[in-house]
Amino acid sequence: MKEAAEKTVDSDQWPVVRKIRNSEQGSRIGVRIALVVLSVAVLAPAPRTLSAQDCLTCHGDASMTDSAGHSSIAVDGKKFGDSIHGSLQCTNCHADIKGYPHPDKIAPVDCKSCHADEAAQLKGSVHADSKEHPCTSCHGNAHEIFPKTDARSQVYPLNVPKTCGQCHGNNGMAGKHGLPSVYPNYIDSIHGFALSKEGLLVAANCQSCHGSHHILSRTDPQSPTYKANIPKTCGNCHAKIDTDYEQGVHGKAVARGNLNAPVCSDCHTAHAILQPTESEFRMQSTPICGNCHKEKFSTYRDTFHSQLGSLGGYVETARCWDCHQAHDVRPAGDPSSPINKANLIVTCGRCHAGANLSFVRYQPHANARDRKLNPGLYFVRLFMNLLLASVLTFFLLHTILWLVRSRYQQVKTKNGNGGKHA
Amino acid sequence: MPELELVDATTESSTKTRYYVRFTREQRYMHAVLFTTFLGLAATGLPMRFSQSFWARELAAGVGGFGAILFLHKFFAIVLTIAFLIHVKEVLERGLVNREKGIFWGSTSMVPNWNDAKAMVGHMRWFLGLGPKPQFERYAYWEKFDYWAVFWGMIVIGFSGYAMWFAPFFAHFLPGWALNAVLVIHSEEALLAVLFIFSIHFVNTHLRPDSFPMDMVIFTGVESDHEFKEKRPLEYARNLKTGDLEKKTGIAPPLWLVNFSKVVGYTAIFIGLTLLVLTLIGYFD
Repeated sequence: MKEAAEKTVDSDQWPVVRKIRNSEQGSRIGVRIALVVLSVAVLAPAPRTLSAQDCLTCHGDASMTDSAGHSSIAVDGKKFGDSIHGSLQCTNCHADIKGYPHPDKIAPVDCKSCHADEAAQLKGSVHADSKEHPCTSCHGNAHEIFPKTDARSQVYPLNVPKTCGQCHGNNGMAGKHGLPSVYPNYIDSIHGFALSKEGLLVAANCQSCHGSHHILSRTDPQSPTYKANIPKTCGNCHAKIDTDYEQGVHGKAVARGNLNAPVCSDCHTAHAILQPTESEFRMQSTPICGNCHKEKFSTYRDTFHSQLGSLGGYVETARCWDCHQAHDVRPAGDPSSPINKANLIVTCGRCHAGANLSFVRYQPHANARDRKLNPGLYFVRLFMNLLLASVLTFFLLHTILWLVRSRYQQVKTKNGNGGKHA
Repeated sequence: MPELELVDATTESSTKTRYYVRFTREQRYMHAVLFTTFLGLAATGLPMRFSQSFWARELAAGVGGFGAILFLHKFFAIVLTIAFLIHVKEVLERGLVNREKGIFWGSTSMVPNWNDAKAMVGHMRWFLGLGPKPQFERYAYWEKFDYWAVFWGMIVIGFSGYAMWFAPFFAHFLPGWALNAVLVIHSEEALLAVLFIFSIHFVNTHLRPDSFPMDMVIFTGVESDHEFKEKRPLEYARNLKTGDLEKKTGIAPPLWLVNFSKVVGYTAIFIGLTLLVLTLIGYFD
């Protein structure tokens, strides 16, 4: 207990004091806290000041509720002592309580008297008008707040998704406000698995992309989740991919201000991000390219690559990015593009061993309906269709007439008992 | 029906009914291999052809499981290719080596002749009530068409299929656009084959009133005296004249063979009709 108090004083208290001094109204409180801190520091191992003990004589009773009997006003003294605020006195926050009996009306605790920067950031954010207490909604029980590096903290990286998910899950506030339920998507994503299964502290959690106090709507150009900012946001971790992307046609288009061009989340989704080599991702993402590249998608659909690939089993058949690259997408005219004529043997050869010059003249986007573009294919298809239509029409008529005539004959000759040998 | 057939088979064999051989054992086996592999190829090929249809993934999972559909397609293709080569070898051997008459020309040949054209016109005149029912020889014109349709189909589908399978090799002597064309050829010709076999061949050969519900001769190899005379009077008369009819005499099919053939045949027809429905759904989807 004493050691903890000392530690808190040495490492964590001084920045708080600095912060309080910097704030506008903090100076008076700041001086007071500084005095408390100094006394603890200088007089250690002095006993804890009596006032906290005084409060806890009543509030230490776990069953204690407010006068209306609705909500608990109990404080776990042990946990409070361990918490980041453990060295503070109750009256530092509950400033309007001077003694007992308490005033009739007690003001809510205002965190911004110390945490002014965070409060200012929160004010401009999407959570600014939160009716719930804006701080404790995320940081949890006011008397049991731990630093974010502590696994007991609700904002410890591994706990962040669950904390945000309280509202942004199926049954939370998000539902009431018509926001998508993103928690289930995230938790089953590659980031979610890295976090929940591997416990990777570096795995992206909510605040890695959205920030914490200053969360802005994705429609706000300042937001890290604003479309044009997404490559940089993801690039904070995926630096190499971001570099590749910036060099590709999509990255350049976005940089020019064309927000129709895809950013990371258009192909990978924002929350339900899958391992890109997984069959599920390979199955779902080709149509995403097709949202814009409609004609290319339609002609791809006519090919064996798509026909077999759509069935789910053979997921390795070529998808868009297997030939075009996923991030560094370049036009065919670019010598460094994998679909540049000079590179086709290598590109096709990645799957087709023995690919040669004639082989790579295969057109992965040939259009059999386009006479000018693919005359050979056009006439082959025309011939096959005529063959199909003429054979089937002739024999369909032939068969129907035959059926009718045979049956007529049977009935006429009264030989129709089951139909043998009419 | 089954009871009736059962009585038929036993009483006919024990009384005066005579049976004549139409297909040899080898020919029947060839037909069995042909329709088994054809059903297999259709069941594994159609999901690829109509891969965007709602049933494609389910059928693919049903006939191939995870990722095996292309493997099975190639497997059936190889079996059918071998059967095709054996058939060609037999025909050439009988015609060129053994100098058997009537293989390449004449009344017992599969090669179409002028009489077939006349029979076809006559048949269609009969459909419309404009003339008498024509009489047929060993192979009627629609049977010859079936044969050559399958023959041509196997060459076309087989070649285009192998060209896709071994594309880098075929690219040595095919132009680039041909690699695009082989898929169009393969899938369109296969579509024609599926539609033709599962509707027209089924009806013409098995489901038409003369043979309904199934022509057993391709399974048992023999047909009754009565059936022979009714269906192919010219062949019957010719054999009677030359005295070859006696040589064709066969034994009544044993009951187990009749029943076994029915199970196999109905199964094949059921699978075929199911695939036909799926094809039509996929085509007009």
